[in-house]
Amino acid sequence: MLKDEDRIFQNLYNDNGSDVESSKKRGDWINTKDLIDKGRDWIISEVKTSELRGRGGAGFPTGLKWSFAPKEVGSRPHYLVINGDESEPGTCKDRDILRFEPHKLIEGCLIAAYAVQAHVCYIYIRGEYFLDGEKLQSAIDEAYQKNLIGKNASGTGWDLDIYIHYGAGAYICGEETALLESIEGKKGQPRLKPPFPALIGLYGCPTIINNVETIAVIPTVLRRGGKWFATLGRAKNTGTKIFCISGNVNNPCNVEEEMSISLKELIQVHAGGVIGGWENLQAVIPGGSSMPLIPKKKCETLTMDFDALMAEKSGLGTAGIVVINKDQDIIKCMARIARFYKHESCGQCTPCREGTGWMWRMLERMSKGEASRDEVDMLGDVTNQIAGHTICAFGEGSSWPVQGLLRHFKKEIEKRNNFNPTFNVDKEIPYLVDQHLLDKKDV
Amino acid sequence: MSLRKPSKEQPENFEFNSVSLEAAKTIIAKYPEGKQQSAVMALLYMAQKQNSNWIPLAAMKYIGKFLDMPYIKVYEVATFYSMYNLAPVGKHFIQVCTTTPCMLRGAYKLVEACKEKISKNESELSEDKNCSWIEVECLGACVNAPMMQINDDYYEDLNKEKTLKILDKILSGETPKPGSYRGRVNNEPENNRKTLMDLKNA
Repeated sequence: MLKDEDRIFQNLYNDNGSDVESSKKRGDWINTKDLIDKGRDWIISEVKTSELRGRGGAGFPTGLKWSFAPKEVGSRPHYLVINGDESEPGTCKDRDILRFEPHKLIEGCLIAAYAVQAHVCYIYIRGEYFLDGEKLQSAIDEAYQKNLIGKNASGTGWDLDIYIHYGAGAYICGEETALLESIEGKKGQPRLKPPFPALIGLYGCPTIINNVETIAVIPTVLRRGGKWFATLGRAKNTGTKIFCISGNVNNPCNVEEEMSISLKELIQVHAGGVIGGWENLQAVIPGGSSMPLIPKKKCETLTMDFDALMAEKSGLGTAGIVVINKDQDIIKCMARIARFYKHESCGQCTPCREGTGWMWRMLERMSKGEASRDEVDMLGDVTNQIAGHTICAFGEGSSWPVQGLLRHFKKEIEKRNNFNPTFNVDKEIPYLVDQHLLDKKDV
Repeated sequence: MSLRKPSKEQPENFEFNSVSLEAAKTIIAKYPEGKQQSAVMALLYMAQKQNSNWIPLAAMKYIGKFLDMPYIKVYEVATFYSMYNLAPVGKHFIQVCTTTPCMLRGAYKLVEACKEKISKNESELSEDKNCSWIEVECLGACVNAPMMQINDDYYEDLNKEKTLKILDKILSGETPKPGSYRGRVNNEPENNRKTLMDLKNA
């Protein structure tokens, strides 16, 4: 288990208040000026040394992302945008940072804004977190009052304004370009990349977008050194991470732990074990609902980091662990996730807009045992038609969980849905929905 | 994609009151000059607050003029985001999360409770016209599942009995205390905390 002194979010459970004075006691804002005085290059190289990877799901190296910002500010200003549109089912870590560690985030904003030469920072918070956003707003007001941000922020000579922009209940706005569209006052539909936001982003200006957790760890990383951060976890998967453990466990919780911790330790030690005992475990979704599930036999030895989970054809994502025990119907669980994606598709690309609905309806029928034997493979077909054929990663995000289900629980689905297709070619049904059944001779 | 339709009964006029006008100006000032369109989401939300929790078409037209943007663009935004109610909802608007992490812990029992206490179908006003409920997608409090949101407040760690009690209070005009209903502190592992103990005991 990680030592307490190595935990970055000391106030994760709000033991001593989130105002500026108690934050200072925890070490925030102590020597911000000294850190910034060391210069842009030092900050970026230190973040690179730490091998910090973005905490929003994709795991892109943060130092590298910052170095994409143009070196000189041209005619267009630079922007820093913080992504707090936390809507991935299974994830609720950013909410705790917003309400209990707001000053870590604000200080991180100042340092990051300086590093990418931005004078304005927008923090995008999902609309449902209105009250948590209010808490952050009062922390921002405090910071303005103490001149920690604003004109000549913290005496560094750098001006920074931080504004909150609320979303309004669209999961897709967590995608970085959709988020920018949303800030510009449009529908949250993702943009084509390239051009990447680092060159053409918010209002057509260079924009760096980071997750709340990524930015909130930056001050501590710089204070204690990138090397310290890199000693935690393992190579390329360094540092600490807030894990959210939900679902069928005895004590669902958020906990900050070292990267590459074993899944079993997280569940057994921190979350008080699976309901009904470890033997009752059926499957685990390791990184928020878009990541393919992992069956019990692999959970025994699984370590939680980007690369180890990638090797299992899943991913760390946002580290929202959803534990599913044997009392649950796994097909129903996945059908509900498919319904989530059907509801949240932005409707821009046809494969996703239509396909998410198809997947949901097929899974609903499969959970009731109303699908034919052929449809199991057909479902796999549908997922392949969506993944990789859309503008943003939502296509992958919506089809991966279904693919994971098919990969590990195909037998279960086939057992329940084991009759021949009801359509018969000879009958010549003119409006046959499942056209491709006609192509098969044995139907 | 979810299907959303504006209400058939629409008021003739809508205008911001003086409080909203003041707030609108500070919101527009957040964005660079000429980019006032960015404020549309916040303004729609304010219109919703002012107009007992839903946005009439008149408000969209008003906001379009206010921000100097076409009405259709405002309409697009209002129909895209699911937090904007386009038809009247209860003064107490109850949203029950039923996405998988909540479902695993019995979110549909909460739905049952809503059906018993408020109305048989979602988005239907209760008998006293004060409450309505809907099923929503993940509200981002998964470790506190199952949970529901009533207006801005989160009610967490619920079960059917507790939900019934909360709804009773709401129906009788009280505001129940938000937060965890198992008495746990925020997101800590209940009775099983193993980290940051020095701070807890300090």
